Amino acid sequence: MHRYIIKRLILMIPVLLGISIIVFFIMALIPGDAAQAILGSFATPENVARLRAELGLDKPLVQRYFIWLGNIVQGDFGRSYSLDRPVIDEVLDRLGPTMLLAGTSLILASILGMFAGIVAAIKQFGWQDAAFTFVVLIGISTPSFWLGLMFVLLFSLQLGWFPVSGMTAVVGGGGFLDVVRHLVLPSVTLAVVATGVIARLTRSTMLEVLRRDFVRSARAKGLPERTVIMKHAFRNALVNIIPVLGIQAGFVIGGAVYIETVFQWPGIGRMLVNAILTRDVLLVQGGVVVVAAIYVVINLMADVLQHVLDPRISV
Amino acid sequence: MAVHSKFRRFFYNRLATVGLFIVLVVLVVSAAAPILPLTDPNQTVLTNRLLPPGSEGHPLGADELGRDMLSRLIWGTRVSLAVGLSATAIAALVGSLIGIFAAFYGGWLDNTLMRGIDMLMAFPYMLLALAIVAVLGAGLFNALVAISVVNIPFFARNVRGATVGLVRLEYVDAARLSGKSDMEVLFGELLPNVLPVIFITISTTVGWMILETAGLSFLGLGAQPPTADLGSMLGEGRKSILVAPHVATLPGLVILVLVIGINLLGDGLRDVLDPYLRSGALVSPRPATEVDTDLRRRLRSGDAVEPGTEVSPDGPGGNDGGGNDGGTVPLSVRELRTWFWQRSGRTSSAVRATDGVSFQVPRGAALGIMGESGSGKSVTALSVLGLVPTPPGRIMDGSIRFNGEELIGAPIERLRHYRGNRIAYIFQNPMTSLNPLITVGEQIAESVRHHQGVSRAAARERAQELMDKVQIPNAAARVDSYPHELSGGMRQRVGIAVALANDPDVIIADEPTTALDVTIQAQILKLLDDLRRSEGVSLVFISHDFGVISELCDRVVVMYAGQVVESGTVDEIYRHPLHPYTRRLMACVPRLGDRARALTAIPGLPPALDDLPTGCRFADRCDVVTDACREAPVELRGHGAREARCILVEETSA
Repeated sequence: MHRYIIKRLILMIPVLLGISIIVFFIMALIPGDAAQAILGSFATPENVARLRAELGLDKPLVQRYFIWLGNIVQGDFGRSYSLDRPVIDEVLDRLGPTMLLAGTSLILASILGMFAGIVAAIKQFGWQDAAFTFVVLIGISTPSFWLGLMFVLLFSLQLGWFPVSGMTAVVGGGGFLDVVRHLVLPSVTLAVVATGVIARLTRSTMLEVLRRDFVRSARAKGLPERTVIMKHAFRNALVNIIPVLGIQAGFVIGGAVYIETVFQWPGIGRMLVNAILTRDVLLVQGGVVVVAAIYVVINLMADVLQHVLDPRISV
Repeated sequence: MAVHSKFRRFFYNRLATVGLFIVLVVLVVSAAAPILPLTDPNQTVLTNRLLPPGSEGHPLGADELGRDMLSRLIWGTRVSLAVGLSATAIAALVGSLIGIFAAFYGGWLDNTLMRGIDMLMAFPYMLLALAIVAVLGAGLFNALVAISVVNIPFFARNVRGATVGLVRLEYVDAARLSGKSDMEVLFGELLPNVLPVIFITISTTVGWMILETAGLSFLGLGAQPPTADLGSMLGEGRKSILVAPHVATLPGLVILVLVIGINLLGDGLRDVLDPYLRSGALVSPRPATEVDTDLRRRLRSGDAVEPGTEVSPDGPGGNDGGGNDGGTVPLSVRELRTWFWQRSGRTSSAVRATDGVSFQVPRGAALGIMGESGSGKSVTALSVLGLVPTPPGRIMDGSIRFNGEELIGAPIERLRHYRGNRIAYIFQNPMTSLNPLITVGEQIAESVRHHQGVSRAAARERAQELMDKVQIPNAAARVDSYPHELSGGMRQRVGIAVALANDPDVIIADEPTTALDVTIQAQILKLLDDLRRSEGVSLVFISHDFGVISELCDRVVVMYAGQVVESGTVDEIYRHPLHPYTRRLMACVPRLGDRARALTAIPGLPPALDDLPTGCRFADRCDVVTDACREAPVELRGHGAREARCILVEETSA
């Protein structure tokens, strides 16, 4: 097991390097020049040249990549010009709220999705299955940014159950319950699509597993149906579901961009959208690299978990 | 499947038809936008600001600049559709080309392309799109490019996967050898065959792409004024959500309906195009085989098959197996009819897997059930405790009694009480019938715990004892092994230990040695024989191999096309088979010291079980068939202590 984890950690390095290369060179494609963009079109050529030298933009591209890589390894992602603070500070400040939102949603979606999927599979052709198909269809077809607005309209503005936006109350702030109250609407909205995807996958995986011979063996032993379903079928299905949960984490983090905008949640998604609109390249670059790295780690954890559950996967 | 029946299949799926209808309506309306009598979508009339729906001249109201909502929605849908579909087309084209080239040329090209694709997939989908928009700048065309790029990997992967399988096939080699150029092979031979995969991938991604492009516009990164798509309308409407909720609500609703339509249509297409879904692979069996409602009623009213109506009183076992004989005949099966119902379109037809099977298993006896594959022997065995999968299986008729208690139609709790406890199964393939994720010790122990209610530790100890009993060496260590860590023979020993867990009265072994090597087979048979004698269990042993049955069993039942065609002692059947089918089977059994016997297969095939002949089911393959054989169903008749289903067997011949 330890050997497996170490091996996977080593295999992560090329993936992270690949991410850094892609992000760096995409950003290098920006037409014009970062220095020009920062200083605006009225800047004098001397000032632009000085800033170019300061930012190292006058060096060859490959050399710039390695300098940049050396810096980000030490946590130096440069300085955000629009916010006038180090990119890494801003990213780290924004990371917590996004992880809270995305994590809650993913947990919510996993529990609901797996439960619904199991029920639909064992009640196949029953009304539960038909209702399930309908709800999942709506779930995966709903624009989450619109659903968020509808939730605000109904639950915040009409019924006044939940706050309209933000992560804590503006005055006073803080408090666990206050955060929970603010978290309900955005995390539910964000969970809708992922729930649909996970439920669909759980249903089809369960249907496949329930046909397998060992399920018949379990039934032939006279075990109660709950044991047959959970201990024998679902555990086997879970082995196939877990990697998809890792991938769904990526979709949930991506979807957070909309939800953070709708609910004005102080997370990294909203930061990225603002950074794009203000053309704050370094901030976009830093945010994307950090989130992509986290996503790689999440997928690594999913693989390790799958490995723990399935004794057959060889080291 | 012919194109025609694919269409039928598609339209049979009502939801897919609804999807098609939605998509068509949206397509037609947005295509017709220029010729519809609509107000200019960009005409601002400030006096109409935030007009509510239902206003005169503006059925859906107006937005904050007083522009007509209906007109804007239709024109906006046009833009959203155009962008979403273009993005899909670009992603499909580029991704498919990457996939098909990577698979066809392989080697370094494949490696480089696919590693690149892997890198793209290492990003959270939406983030990569944002990074691309950040570079290109906000704008509808740039959003289109971003969404296309992030969707390319899905196409590249799926298409590569499908092509790799095809490239290895012979016809590709044949095409190459016939002098066709690479491009001709790629686009003439391969592309047509991967098209279904491309369409399936489109059907799963197009809804997404429409949602994502709308999303980018919503964030202000896509369509810029005065161009408006549904996403940007929604984003603008957000500002006036308090006073005029319809401005934001309506564009979202249109997106929702459109994407629902697309997804329904896509699901329908997948049903038709994906051979895996079509094969019915995704149907889960219920906890117990369904019993026909009519039979249930008859069983309740005591109106079902009367014991002894079909078999002569002095038939196998020598008694009628009714309730009062439970003492000597623990298991008796009468007139069992388990059918598989298959659907095609709106009609369903029955495959008569077992069609009136009767036999009895006296206490301590070993009964062999012999027949070729498809003769219904396994279905018979699985029917005993309702383990035939439903759907499609259903018990239509018959009676199965265990110690006098009727099992057909019994509550599931009763079946569970007997399963693995009084009647235990050993299955054919020890590879698949053990759960790969649970230790073999636990797979034995759980049955002990459930039926005997003992502690975990005691059950584990019992599991180890049982593993000793079935001669698994070093059971103390193996008890924590996983199935994949054991050899096939050892796994089947575990299967036998599971069956023995609660000292059952009857063990039903369904071809337990077929999947094993010949030497291992002999060991397992010996073990089963020893255990049967030492534990005093009745054994039902199912096999296609008379040699194997003759080593273990006292009596044998021969099945053909869902029916018992002959029964008798092993010795009688071997020396003097009555039924022509058995006779031919016995002719296939090599005899020691008889070199002159030719091993001949029986010509022909058994009849289709959903289209059975009226008369004798063996008639078409029989070498002594007469016209009378085909006229009416042939009864199973007693001949002394034996039975045969053949009109040519004289009463006296036994």
